Amino acid sequence: MGKLGTIARRTFLIGSVAVAGGVAFGYYMYKRPAANPLLEELGEGETALTEYVRISSDGITLITPRADKGQGVYSMQAALIAEELDVELEQVTVDPGPPSPAYYNTALSEEAAPFRSTDDGFAAESVRSVMDVLMKFLGMQITGGSTSAPDGYQKLRIAGAVARETLKKAASQKTGVAVADLTTEGGAVLLPDGTSLSYIDLAPMAAQIEPVTEVSLRDPSTWRLIGQPMQRVDIVDKSTGRLVYGIDHKVEGMLHAAVKLNPAQGGEMSAIDGSEAEKMRGVVKVVPVKGGVGVIADNTWRAMQAAEAVKFETGPSPFPASMDDHWSALEASFVEDAVDSRQRDEGDTAARLEGAEVFEAEYRAPYLAHAPLEPVSAIVQVQDDRVDVWTGTQIPRFVQSNVADLTGMDIEKVHVHVFMMGGSFGHRLEDEVVKQATQLAMAVKGKPVKLTYSREEDMMHDFTRQIAMARMKGTVKDGKVETLDLGIAMPSVVVSQMGRQGFPVPGPDLQIVAGAWEQPYRIPNYRVTGYRAPQLAPISSWRSVGASSNGFFHDCALDELIHAAGADPMEERLRLMWHDASRKTLEAVAEMSNWGSDLGANRGRGVAFVMSFGVPTAEVVEVTNTPDGIKIDKVYVAAEVGRVIDPLNFDNLVKGGVVWGLGHAMNCEITYTDGVADQTNYHAFEAMRLYQCPEIEVRGLENSDKIRGIGEPPVPPAAAALANAIYAATGQRIREMPFNKHIDFV
Amino acid sequence: MKLSVNGKSHDVDVENDMPLLWVLRDELGITGVKYGCGIAQCGACTVHIDGQAVRSCQIAAGEVEDAEITTIEGLGQPEALHAVQSAWIEHQVAQCGYCQSGQIMQAASFLQLNDEPTDEDIDFAMSANLCRCGTYPRIREAVKTAAKTLRGA
Repeated sequence: MGKLGTIARRTFLIGSVAVAGGVAFGYYMYKRPAANPLLEELGEGETALTEYVRISSDGITLITPRADKGQGVYSMQAALIAEELDVELEQVTVDPGPPSPAYYNTALSEEAAPFRSTDDGFAAESVRSVMDVLMKFLGMQITGGSTSAPDGYQKLRIAGAVARETLKKAASQKTGVAVADLTTEGGAVLLPDGTSLSYIDLAPMAAQIEPVTEVSLRDPSTWRLIGQPMQRVDIVDKSTGRLVYGIDHKVEGMLHAAVKLNPAQGGEMSAIDGSEAEKMRGVVKVVPVKGGVGVIADNTWRAMQAAEAVKFETGPSPFPASMDDHWSALEASFVEDAVDSRQRDEGDTAARLEGAEVFEAEYRAPYLAHAPLEPVSAIVQVQDDRVDVWTGTQIPRFVQSNVADLTGMDIEKVHVHVFMMGGSFGHRLEDEVVKQATQLAMAVKGKPVKLTYSREEDMMHDFTRQIAMARMKGTVKDGKVETLDLGIAMPSVVVSQMGRQGFPVPGPDLQIVAGAWEQPYRIPNYRVTGYRAPQLAPISSWRSVGASSNGFFHDCALDELIHAAGADPMEERLRLMWHDASRKTLEAVAEMSNWGSDLGANRGRGVAFVMSFGVPTAEVVEVTNTPDGIKIDKVYVAAEVGRVIDPLNFDNLVKGGVVWGLGHAMNCEITYTDGVADQTNYHAFEAMRLYQCPEIEVRGLENSDKIRGIGEPPVPPAAAALANAIYAATGQRIREMPFNKHIDFV
Repeated sequence: MKLSVNGKSHDVDVENDMPLLWVLRDELGITGVKYGCGIAQCGACTVHIDGQAVRSCQIAAGEVEDAEITTIEGLGQPEALHAVQSAWIEHQVAQCGYCQSGQIMQAASFLQLNDEPTDEDIDFAMSANLCRCGTYPRIREAVKTAAKTLRGA
């Protein structure tokens, strides 16, 4: 690593760039785009510099390039920088920064590489390194995959340290006091005599000097912020209505727009007749857009009303006409020709299943909408010499490039302004709304146009969670699980999603088996096979992606076999588990839930364990079988993340993940008839409401040296633990989501 | 028509049937009130009409000409927070925060009628407000804290 580290240092032109009245620490200049600086495990005395701190006479701004959809990453990123920079969070503003290849996401590639996240061997690390290079080449400034914490943990602290040391050097040059005698606190350099020089005053001088690139990171025992509960930087604004989301932003002279898209997903509208709509009050123009028609007006409601008045003919959807056809396509995929991956194949599964008593089960998971509460929106303004885009997005670089393509503008003249998002759950990894807003803005050149999707358009034209099916065969012997053979069939999420961005994705798609193949169990005969179904409805990443269905399949399959063996669900999982940090999550929920104690009549308790995104997560769900249906009483969660950066936000995110996992498993599906989504708004897709929400107890574990994110991992075990608890309480085994097709909930 | 919002009178030139939500957001630029569903299923657009929580996506502008309309901005601001807002900050309820204006307006109206709510009362009063991030456990705690503050006041 040492040599690579040296090369990496040389390949950077390290410098700080003066901005109006101040200094920006320091935009990297990449001389060799494929060089990989993050191979080095930066620690004591190693080198880096930062593009994350900007100081001007107006104040200190911390750049937080991972987008905030509500998961609190603006605060987390700011805290990582501030810890080393010695500023208080109240002293700074945060800014998501511009789209730039400097902000590529290295942690994403770790999940894309075909190694278990428990595998730290040479081969695994080498391939992850190659993926890092690829990621940077693509400049994937993406927020997703629970990667913001692992991605930022080192580099943001280094950024803060470099800025701090450079400011100290400037102070030393100004005062003649040796750097070693200077300290920093609260956004200022302190001299031995107590004199305080503010960073803001020092910044112009710091801009003139060569930045300090040798920094050491502080010992965790001295941290002021990391590991402590923090007040989120946005909490007051979010509690007083002051926070401006993308949908709220206003630009001088802005028009409002709505779209009516072809109701059949993937079909094109024809015979568009906007003559009635154009006569309506406030309407400026009716414009065909990708997949439908848009109406530009002087008010969103008027635009929405007029969009409904446009006459058109519905073009057919290229996707199967009925849900039976969708499921048939999956059923037909359990064949050798469709094998996509068989990364787990231990023992002799096929031989063991011959002649033995074989337990079999089949599981299903439906399409699901993301349905964040803020519908998607985008403001676009096309001018002669520039295009501006204001939107909430997880993929600013793709947005920039797609808008450049549509408008014919050079990419550096497309300015993307990223906003706080009212939820996403993967929804804003797509950018159709930006493309349509761009088409509208091109029709009224010079005028900013804000396109707001109606809830109906947002839900009916979502790129949904994958539909998926699994088939399990297994054997038990002497009270133990002996064979688990799990086949999973689904279309490729990655192919569907990246295909819309023009990227072909060769090779197996490990999301087809994510949350199943990499589970840290030793079972004598253990096989996980991914079968690739044909592309059906367009699908996209939905909170926890492949693991959202596969965690349910794998853990419930294991639970069925454990019950068939007559073993205790907790003890047998612990017996089969080889990975120490994972065992500790199960032990934690066993202790928290007092596993084994008597719950009383009509009650049941289920446990589930799923490792996803490198985070071992165990959950216990307790339910009561009431005369009115199942009531979820309590959930216990333990997750291993290496380091809990903010325990308060951690608690909030884990609880949210559990609510998400349970609510959709209980109540939700998207179905298509002739390509048209049958669920159009929240009345038909409401997930969990407050009255159904159980008490949730959370514990974060820090036994691993890998730093992990927590946005997604609590989701996959939730559905499985609920199904297992319902079985324990009622004897009824539910193998299909949503569960309310099979059992009532209170 | 004339609308009185947060104690201020506004002249607006809109259709009688334009939902109050869109008058507030697009005509008056008051964006603390959110659009979420347009069919009274999510509660993100909750405002007070004469002190009572209503879904502004279902109220036509023409119906509230003589009423006092209060949005989250009028309930309280950082320098003078309403007890419900203080509790929301203390418990750090918000994740994405998009539903929280509506949740807070709902809670403030509900607690005005009942400042000693049982758990069942809270479930009943707050379940029509959807939160996709799943902040419900913290909403419950914050409502209890706010109730306590209001009883003390």
